[in-house]
Amino acid sequence: MPAIEVSALEREFPGGIRAVDGVDLEVADGEIYAFLGPNGAGKTTTVRMLTTLLRPTGGHARVAGHDVVDDAADVRRAIGVALQEAALDPLMTGRELIRLQATLHGLIGGEAERRGDALIRRVGLERAADRRVGTYSGGMRRRLDLASALVHEPKVLFLDEPTTGLDPVSRKAIWEEVAALNREGTTVFLTTQYLEEADQLADRVGIISGGKIVGEGTPASLKAEVGKPHLEIGLAEGSAELAEGICCDFGRILPEKDGRLLVELEHGASDVAKVVRSLDEGGILVESLELVEPTLDDVFVDKTGEHLEGADTAEPAEA
Amino acid sequence: MNALAVNARVVAALGARSVKQTFRRPQLVAPIVIFPTLLLAVQTGGAGRAVDLPGFPEVDNFLSFMLAGAMLQSCLLAGNTGGIALAVDLEIGFTDRLLAAPISRFSIVLGRLVGTAALGALTALWFIAIGLIFGASFELGVPGVLLMIVLTSLAAVAFGGLSAAIALYTGQASIVQGLFPLIFVILFLSSAFFPINLLLEPAASVAEYNPLSFIVEGIREPVIGSLSAETVAEAFGAIALLMAISTGLSAIALRRRLRVG
Repeated sequence: MPAIEVSALEREFPGGIRAVDGVDLEVADGEIYAFLGPNGAGKTTTVRMLTTLLRPTGGHARVAGHDVVDDAADVRRAIGVALQEAALDPLMTGRELIRLQATLHGLIGGEAERRGDALIRRVGLERAADRRVGTYSGGMRRRLDLASALVHEPKVLFLDEPTTGLDPVSRKAIWEEVAALNREGTTVFLTTQYLEEADQLADRVGIISGGKIVGEGTPASLKAEVGKPHLEIGLAEGSAELAEGICCDFGRILPEKDGRLLVELEHGASDVAKVVRSLDEGGILVESLELVEPTLDDVFVDKTGEHLEGADTAEPAEA
Repeated sequence: MNALAVNARVVAALGARSVKQTFRRPQLVAPIVIFPTLLLAVQTGGAGRAVDLPGFPEVDNFLSFMLAGAMLQSCLLAGNTGGIALAVDLEIGFTDRLLAAPISRFSIVLGRLVGTAALGALTALWFIAIGLIFGASFELGVPGVLLMIVLTSLAAVAFGGLSAAIALYTGQASIVQGLFPLIFVILFLSSAFFPINLLLEPAASVAEYNPLSFIVEGIREPVIGSLSAETVAEAFGAIALLMAISTGLSAIALRRRLRVG
């Protein structure tokens, strides 16, 4: 039985705004599935429906075998949820929050204490556990949020943008913890706008744009669909149009990125020298040149015609 | 553990959180304790000779009369701050954490109200202590004091329910906070700070039917020693009416919020 089954899921808000528009997906038991998309793509709305916080206006969804509308209480028993922006009470201590979360899931007395203390140790917050959450750093808040989502040992864990706004070290710590949880058997559904996060963590990636899934597969298979490397060319001011005219002989011109001209090389890396030569012969001053192998950002561009916001902050070049 | 026991524990835990939250945020404690205490001090110090007015009830001193008004003001503001805290929970997304748990949706509101009830009882104790220190005589002794605590606590729940309904409906702490002036208007249009028979029209007529007048008389009479079964019944009746209205409005607002998301 899949951990998550979604069929034609829709959510329309007053005013006719369709945030989620017919999403179909399936997440296998024990899988990490990343929902990748920019702000406003429909990621959070989908998660809110799957976690029973929002009723769908169309379609069906089952989580851990339970319908999110008809068996909402069963879904809530089976899932752990860490929401965007780590919705924590700044006046509570970390330990108080974990204990409250344990109470919410029916754990009492010594069992709740043991479980809570173990999770606090697991996420490395022992020394800060009795401090108010308001004094925590962003990374500590996310780790506490993650720990509180695990207090009842959920079968399926939903993480809504778990590392947004975190520094690289804190981000890596969250990734390691998520990967460890998955190795222990927890199914993970995470939303992200970071390509590297999807690439590093996910078994499969769903790309969402405008409320629809526009691509889905393993990171490797998605990149293979795009297939071709591209050149990122930094040009002197005023020469972009002329350069585009020259480069279009070597392949498709992609949407520009940070003022750089992007050209997909139809015949692969072997065309790099020819491009440079042609630009030089055309009298165009090239300030920088980088060969980039396909990334999830390329997949995103291929599927949506746009770059993912912040894509350049996360995706390493591949050999 | 059955569902009822789980929800009872959740309500108790959320109630305890609510009380801690209030005491950890000075801006929530100030309106409940400090403002009513200051107003009590100013009024009893400045208008103490009001007891000599013809038609003023027989009391030992003005403090004995004013104590109930201060308690009612305090529990009204306790209810309001409970609503503000609920709206803050909605704003920061903390309520989503509760809604994603396998608990009754209404226990989230109930937990908040249990906390408000506890705050109501604590403020009652505070003002009773002030009364004892500064010379109010509690004519009906311990049973009268217990009645005052129960009425103040239940009244806080009733007002808290109204604030909770507005918090759930709007989701904005600033709107709930905006009720402060309205609270004072309603309070001054009751017998909280002055006997109805000495108010001018139309305030006197409004005060006569204002539920707060019935509640404040129920709290006041154990101090001044003229408690009747009718006054007690009217006080509990007014609280029950407000509770029924506030619970109904809270349930409607909660259902709407869950539907809209």
